[in-house]
Amino acid sequence: MLDIRLPIGLMFSVVGLIITIYGLATIGDVELYERSLNVNVNLISGLGTLAFGLIMLLLSEPVRKKLRKK
Amino acid sequence: MDTTFALRGIDYLIMAVYFLFVLGVGWALKKYMKNATAFLEAGRAMPAWVAGLAFISTNLGALEVMGMTGSGLKYGMLTTHFYWIGAIPAMIFLALFMMRFYYGSKARSVPEYLKLRYNEKTRALNAFLFALMTVLASGISMYALAILLENVLGWNFNVSLLASAAIVLAYTYLGGLSSAIYNEVLQFFIIIIGLLPMTILVMSDVGGWGGMQESLAPIVEGKGFAADTWTTTWKYTSSSATNPLGVEWFGILAGLGFVLSFGYWCTNFLIVQRAMAAESMTAARKVPLIGAIPKMFIPFLIIVPGIAALVLLNDPSKNFVLPLNAAGEPIYDYTIIMLLKQYLPAGVLGLGVTALLASFMSGMAGNVSAFNTVWTYDIYQSYIRPATDDHEADEKHYLKVGRITTIVGVLVSIAAAYIASKFGNIMDFLQTVFSMINAPLFAVIFLGMFWKRSTGNAAFIGLLMGFLVALAHHGLTQPEGATTLVKGGWIGVIHTYPVEMAQNFWTAIFAFSTAALLTVVISLLSRRDKTDSDLNGLVYSMTPKLDDSGVLWYQRPWFLALIVGIIMVVLSILFW
Repeated sequence: MLDIRLPIGLMFSVVGLIITIYGLATIGDVELYERSLNVNVNLISGLGTLAFGLIMLLLSEPVRKKLRKK
Repeated sequence: MDTTFALRGIDYLIMAVYFLFVLGVGWALKKYMKNATAFLEAGRAMPAWVAGLAFISTNLGALEVMGMTGSGLKYGMLTTHFYWIGAIPAMIFLALFMMRFYYGSKARSVPEYLKLRYNEKTRALNAFLFALMTVLASGISMYALAILLENVLGWNFNVSLLASAAIVLAYTYLGGLSSAIYNEVLQFFIIIIGLLPMTILVMSDVGGWGGMQESLAPIVEGKGFAADTWTTTWKYTSSSATNPLGVEWFGILAGLGFVLSFGYWCTNFLIVQRAMAAESMTAARKVPLIGAIPKMFIPFLIIVPGIAALVLLNDPSKNFVLPLNAAGEPIYDYTIIMLLKQYLPAGVLGLGVTALLASFMSGMAGNVSAFNTVWTYDIYQSYIRPATDDHEADEKHYLKVGRITTIVGVLVSIAAAYIASKFGNIMDFLQTVFSMINAPLFAVIFLGMFWKRSTGNAAFIGLLMGFLVALAHHGLTQPEGATTLVKGGWIGVIHTYPVEMAQNFWTAIFAFSTAALLTVVISLLSRRDKTDSDLNGLVYSMTPKLDDSGVLWYQRPWFLALIVGIIMVVLSILFW
């Protein structure tokens, strides 16, 4: 059956990427980050989410199979 | 002050990606749903860690998440009793002593275990009550979510109610229990990742744990409690007057730690079903233990921010407010969404709101998939169309019934949500009534598993009378200052409890004791109705001991249970 780590990995990679890009695009936006104590949480959280997604992808059966073949 | 806020395009984009994946998982699993076993029991093929995270995620519904943050604000760290003493011992007990009978017997549901161990009428009583309870519960949480989205985000009530129901319906219809479980794992991670930034930001804003303690002291003393009451768990439980829960240590230990928690975690099919879907007996026994590990740390994600919110509420410079209800009181359950609004900028805010939606969906899908299985096997197969000799044709037939039941279950839940929006009190009352079925059920199942002498008639009477006694206790008592009969006292008031929590605990204790006592006495007065060989695989003393010698020592349930137990003790001491 489908390895759950594949959809989890894909989803968090996509979501992480979107938030990271948004974080990059809003660097220096003082008004936006005033509420988050002047921290660009989008950038940090986006990178974290992306990393989690990629790790899940690497651990998933279909990806591991492909890596083993290579 | 305005307590509503709007999301931006980026937030909706993140939400859309999430919905796409949730539906995609259902779609990808559709091709495996060839028979009723696959659809209603997930083919008993789930790895332990997947079922374990689903086990905890299905309990992490929207009402739970919202309610626990609100309770953090109202009761402080005492709320963690619901996650530590009020959950962990029961989960360990389920794993080590009960799972082998649920999984090892031929039962496909908790009601079916009652049928195998006792008799048909005991199963019927439990199956009907459970089926009714699950659809109502999912209706109530659907209503709560839609009203929250309307009040805070300004979304249309009907649209958000119907859309969220439609998504849950779509993925459970497509992939059955497997799809519900898979998505619960996905939802588990999104709840953690979506709420974590809020937790970190609110904690650093109040100056960390130490800063929060300092700011809390004058606020808590102003309420008439000792300065550190909100940041400790057991310290002020020697008397019910010295802590905000209004319950002393014995009530917490016996009421919450034993009757309520064992009743919920060890007998609620919604939860147990996840463990029954595991791929092997060892995996099934590990499921509650794997779930217990994140369970113990969830308070730091959802309860602690609630405590910090009390500091924010009392500091005018923070501009933090809670929406008020019609009576002008703050709605504590909205604490979490107001914290999300307070700290998260567009982007992560979308992720945070998605986390709340995810928690709603994991709770509702749990209800729907449990309802499906109980309806199809325990009601339809027992009373409407029994199994025939043609096993393959049966599997196809019950698959079709399971699918139709999914649709009907969701439709009834939607109807319940609309009834709740018209007559909220009746729904609250029904929910209270249904919370009474677990305590007597635990007494009956416990005696069934560990005492071979207990008989079917005794169990049926115990279960029924336990429930009726709970109902009577609720009708004859009320919490102090109760304004509606929903809170109790609808027969006449013979006792008043200081707080609602104490009333709930004692309702459960009475129900459990009645059921246990009646089952024991009537069993002893009647002749045994099952032989020793009938009870093989159903009763502890009649079942061969499990041999774990083929399992690596660190993967054995006993070892995992030890680790879980140690973590709980350490956490309890740290936050004593």
